[in-house]
Amino acid sequence: MIGAPPGQTLAAPADRRDKRRAFITPEGIDLELRIASAGARLAALVVDLMILYASLLAFYLLMVWLALDGGKDGAEIFWLLGSFLMRNFYFIGFEMRQRAATPGKRLLQMRVVARDGGRLTADAVVARNLIRELELFLPLTMLGFATAEDMVTGWIAIAGFGWTAILSFFLLFNRDRMRIADLIAGTWVVEAPRTKLSLDLTVGGQDGGLVFTDAELGVYGVFELQELERVLRGSDEVVMRNVADTIRLKIGRPVAEDDSVFLHAYYRQLKLRLERGLLFGKRRANKFAAD
Amino acid sequence: MSGAPISAFDRAEAAAAIDGPAFSTRRFRAEREGDWIEFERLLTTIEKGSAASLSSDELLQLPVLYRATLSSLSIARATSLDRAMLDYLEGLAKRGYFVIYGVRTSRMRRLGKFFAHDWPAAVRSLWKETIIIALVIILGAASSWALVASDPQWFFQFVPEGMSSGRDPNATAEYLRSTLFDPPGDEPLHRFATFLFTHNSQVSILSFALGFAFGLPTMMLEFYQGLSLGAMLAVFAGKGLGLEFGGWLFIHGTTELFAAALSGAAGLRIGTAVVFPGARDRMTAASMAGRTAGTAMVGVIIMLIFAGLLEGFGRQLINDTGVRYAIGGAMLTIWCGYFYLPRRRRA
Repeated sequence: MIGAPPGQTLAAPADRRDKRRAFITPEGIDLELRIASAGARLAALVVDLMILYASLLAFYLLMVWLALDGGKDGAEIFWLLGSFLMRNFYFIGFEMRQRAATPGKRLLQMRVVARDGGRLTADAVVARNLIRELELFLPLTMLGFATAEDMVTGWIAIAGFGWTAILSFFLLFNRDRMRIADLIAGTWVVEAPRTKLSLDLTVGGQDGGLVFTDAELGVYGVFELQELERVLRGSDEVVMRNVADTIRLKIGRPVAEDDSVFLHAYYRQLKLRLERGLLFGKRRANKFAAD
Repeated sequence: MSGAPISAFDRAEAAAAIDGPAFSTRRFRAEREGDWIEFERLLTTIEKGSAASLSSDELLQLPVLYRATLSSLSIARATSLDRAMLDYLEGLAKRGYFVIYGVRTSRMRRLGKFFAHDWPAAVRSLWKETIIIALVIILGAASSWALVASDPQWFFQFVPEGMSSGRDPNATAEYLRSTLFDPPGDEPLHRFATFLFTHNSQVSILSFALGFAFGLPTMMLEFYQGLSLGAMLAVFAGKGLGLEFGGWLFIHGTTELFAAALSGAAGLRIGTAVVFPGARDRMTAASMAGRTAGTAMVGVIIMLIFAGLLEGFGRQLINDTGVRYAIGGAMLTIWCGYFYLPRRRRA
């Protein structure tokens, strides 16, 4: 099947707030892509625009500085051509690269993905970025007109701005957070987290002779275990103390050992217990679920 | 409970408590994390764009490590409760997927394919829309010509004062002739060419982008372009300079107006796909139209570079009307041949 998309996406989930989208690879694994939030998209755009204009300005100043006598002309050409190329090809150039993300998107850990699960093609990247003209630069131009012209054309410009602004905020009105350009190019923007492999908390360290009984371990489920993991990785003393005290109170143990030793030991044994449950097909979601 | 028989299950559990279970997520991770770290290293190299620096052994390892990672992920999802490790594996699998199933051809190959096949094919498939937009431009030009020819005062409705720079119905024939053949006084040619290129490209991109709104704003923009064209034509023709103005326009206009028509056609294609999606659903139709149109738009920008050069340099340096027509005609022939000549199907 040449040309068929290797991965495939399934229908959006019923819950509107659920940002996960099933994405099955040819190997049959669901990668569970998550749609990037509107806030992250905006932040990435701001970062990109800042980079874009800062580099343009830096180059312009460099050209003016280099142009010694009457060479101001060169700087002006550079400005015209440079701002045109940057405005249109900054986004296209970066999104056509391997990571399919502009520096702003990389910073916010996102990437552009073809909606049908196929590979992201150059024409899709071009289409989604040329339409940026309509969504971003046209409203700004309209606003510029509104302030520059007299009242009558000013009002027309404001109406134009309103119309284009509706297009700009299109992304807020659909659950896949697609810009109009994404819709037309057949793309969406998903989270692309780059996490480091962190330490295995069950390796090393001693339980300090602490052994918890089944009843003591039976009070919590997976949710609590993973919250405890977060606390241990954060290793904030105050938080650890609070959590340790809560657990001690709940299982009725005296404060006898160091908080960190206590929590690590409890985490290890609880994890072992719950994972053994998993092997037997039992997944206890949280402390309210039946054991 | 003493005296009751000890079940096999209880014995296994007792053994597990002493030696640790036969399968443990700790052992699972210890056995496999070397592969993950190696896979991550290769991915980082490729994502930095230096895939060429990988040895052939490493390249052969890549798909193996990718499948190992996916396998680890599905085992970990079923057996492990280590959130940090699951997040890591999910992130790694996603990065791996997009590298393994991502771009399969080199940049030069893609570029070659664009010029040899994609660009002309995209333009060919837009032929209906191109004809419609061309008719819209001609309609605009014809109507403003007719109006200005009957009453010169109409001219000022169509062409803003800043753009005409004195080339209006009140100008003398000598002045009009001078605008056609004298190079613009103080402005250097390369700056003029640059300005024309960036301005025209921005207009074309806009007319493409506006196509989304059912293609109507695109057609309005193209009609407007035709209006100012026709009005100017009427002014020059009224003073007996029609042929000369034609040459002045033709040298770059065949390329520039062709590009303008194509950008409008690309926009219109998207607009019509949204309104009339046919057998496909609206989203699919729009995205398919968007891809064809995107390819055509890259071509339009290349055409506009040529148009800017012809207008900025060619027109200012060549003052012979015959040569101007010849160059404009040659460009038109080249473009039409490149886009529309039938060619052998690719294997």
